[in-house]
Amino acid sequence: MSRTSWMSVGRTLTPRQTSLLTVLSFLTPLILWSVVSYVPWIWHPQVLIDDAGGSTAMAVGNRVERSRFVEENAALAVAGKPLASGTPVNPVFLPAPDAVAKALYNAFTTPPRRGDMWLHQSLWHSIKIIAWGFAIAACIGVPLGIACGVWAFSSRLVEPFVDFLRYMPPPTFGALALAVLGINDEPKVAIIVIGILFNMILVVANTTRLVDRGLIEAAQTLGAGNRKLVTRVVIPAILPNLYNDLRIFLGVGWTYLTIAEMIGASSGISQFINQQGKYRNYDNVFSGIIVIGLVGLVTDQVLAFIGRFLFPWTGKTNGPGAIAVWRILTFVPATLFRLVGRSFRRSQP
Amino acid sequence: MSATLAPLPFSTPSLTPEEIANRFVRLRQRPVAMEVQNLGKRFQTPQSASGKGGEAVALNNVNFQVYRREIMTVIGPSGCGKSTLVRILAGLEQASSGRVLVDGKPVDGPGPDRGMVFQAYTLFPWLTVLKNVMFGLSMQGIGHDEARSQALQWIEMVGLERFAENYPHQLSGGMKQRVAIARALAAKPRILLMDEPFGALDPQTRAQMQSYLLQIWQNVNITIVFITHDLDEAVLLADRVCVLGAADESHPGGHLKTIMDVHLPYPHDVDVLKDPRFLEIRRQLDELVHPRRPLALDRLPIVKMTQRGDEVG
Repeated sequence: MSRTSWMSVGRTLTPRQTSLLTVLSFLTPLILWSVVSYVPWIWHPQVLIDDAGGSTAMAVGNRVERSRFVEENAALAVAGKPLASGTPVNPVFLPAPDAVAKALYNAFTTPPRRGDMWLHQSLWHSIKIIAWGFAIAACIGVPLGIACGVWAFSSRLVEPFVDFLRYMPPPTFGALALAVLGINDEPKVAIIVIGILFNMILVVANTTRLVDRGLIEAAQTLGAGNRKLVTRVVIPAILPNLYNDLRIFLGVGWTYLTIAEMIGASSGISQFINQQGKYRNYDNVFSGIIVIGLVGLVTDQVLAFIGRFLFPWTGKTNGPGAIAVWRILTFVPATLFRLVGRSFRRSQP
Repeated sequence: MSATLAPLPFSTPSLTPEEIANRFVRLRQRPVAMEVQNLGKRFQTPQSASGKGGEAVALNNVNFQVYRREIMTVIGPSGCGKSTLVRILAGLEQASSGRVLVDGKPVDGPGPDRGMVFQAYTLFPWLTVLKNVMFGLSMQGIGHDEARSQALQWIEMVGLERFAENYPHQLSGGMKQRVAIARALAAKPRILLMDEPFGALDPQTRAQMQSYLLQIWQNVNITIVFITHDLDEAVLLADRVCVLGAADESHPGGHLKTIMDVHLPYPHDVDVLKDPRFLEIRRQLDELVHPRRPLALDRLPIVKMTQRGDEVG
């Protein structure tokens, strides 16, 4: 295959190339990690002592720096004592992939120490925190953002102050959140809300402002008044972009999670990770980190996949399948909307 | 509103000039559908680095009347304010002076009595063709079933019944513009404003759309104001052509030059393009729109950059 077909500027790749690269993008770090873990002469700065020999400074099971091990053995050789032996290893904070895989498996199968939570319990707790934080932020941020995008009045009234607020790092509100909301989950949710909300208002406002003016003008010449312009033109017009915005903010929620969970009584997946770090079970630490990544990635991909079917008019999904999915998804709300509208019209003289 | 269009009767080239002239007498006896009075539009130009912002005149004291069921085309060189004019007529922009009357009532903002077809289609991408055409009807509070059956008739009239359930992105440019026309007409406006609606179409589709428009116009009670920069289109479609001029020594901004009656056999159809009278009217219009300039002004100051002997002619 010629070089240009992989590297030409501004061209899209074939589906085959795309999936190959996607696999590679995950495979490359995994291969690097395996190489560093399993090839003994790459890195491996420490030696795990199998037999201390005549040394009094080293004991079996110790990890010593390789240079110290060499010096110690040299000293032992001079003294004529038996040499120590050991295997080159990486520091304890870099477990090998198989150790992490085992830990991941064990975390779901073997009961944790007394008083600790299962990994899935921690994870579920974290997901609940994020879900609440995201839901609250979206309930406030989306309507406010749309209002700012539609009316210059609300934009000028809200956006300058929000712009000021969003530069304050959410963790700085931690102490305040604890004082106001107690030490349980409420301040954690509050940190997620603060982390998402202010940016969400500005992003949604901008998305709203990008609505094609021509569509609004066309609707006006067809007799749409102010309220109808918002409900029948602006909101449907921004839906696909709004959906993507919210998808991104769900991801932002995960980035504030770890900080949020450290506030007050620490909890959730980050408490699991910290606890395992204290026990120096770094394989568990890695499995916790990987689980967060996986949950985030899977959620995002699932939402992206659903998004392709939600908005058949964007032309990104063709075919009757997408439209059928759309009809099924919107059947209940559309019917309700129609019935309410009809009875409303009947009730008017 | 009628069902599918019958083919046009052939225009009657045998009409005498008197008969054609009489038609314009009758046209002027019709009620005035839209009246433009002393219309002016000034823009604040943005502040420049050197000093404070100034004022640009887009339109200067424009007066004309549009009679019921005529097609008036508006033509002029770029910068004469024809788009500004139609946007003011639609109520999408405010006039700085003067006023626009529709059926004697002054225009204040956009409204369903003046439908508009834009060059950029402006179909709602999230609605099917059918729902797009139903939009204006449901804005007027017409119930779903009634709106649907009316919309279907309009869609049938523009020949797109097979595409009623399609989304706009699945249609070609010409089809989109037919939907846009059906959508505007379905709301039953008094006047249809068209802002270079066929400007983005290829020449063949454009000719087809002109023919469609003439057929629709004959079958629907509608008055049309049609903005274009294409001379053929202006003459072919119009009962009367409104010629705007750009700013010059005697006028600070876009202004009305003249309104020209198109003395051609009627109803017009595409055959008229070959009529010598058509060519004569087109020539007159060309002189009005593009006044002759000394040839020297159009000469580019180009130095010869090819080799000697490599002449192209």
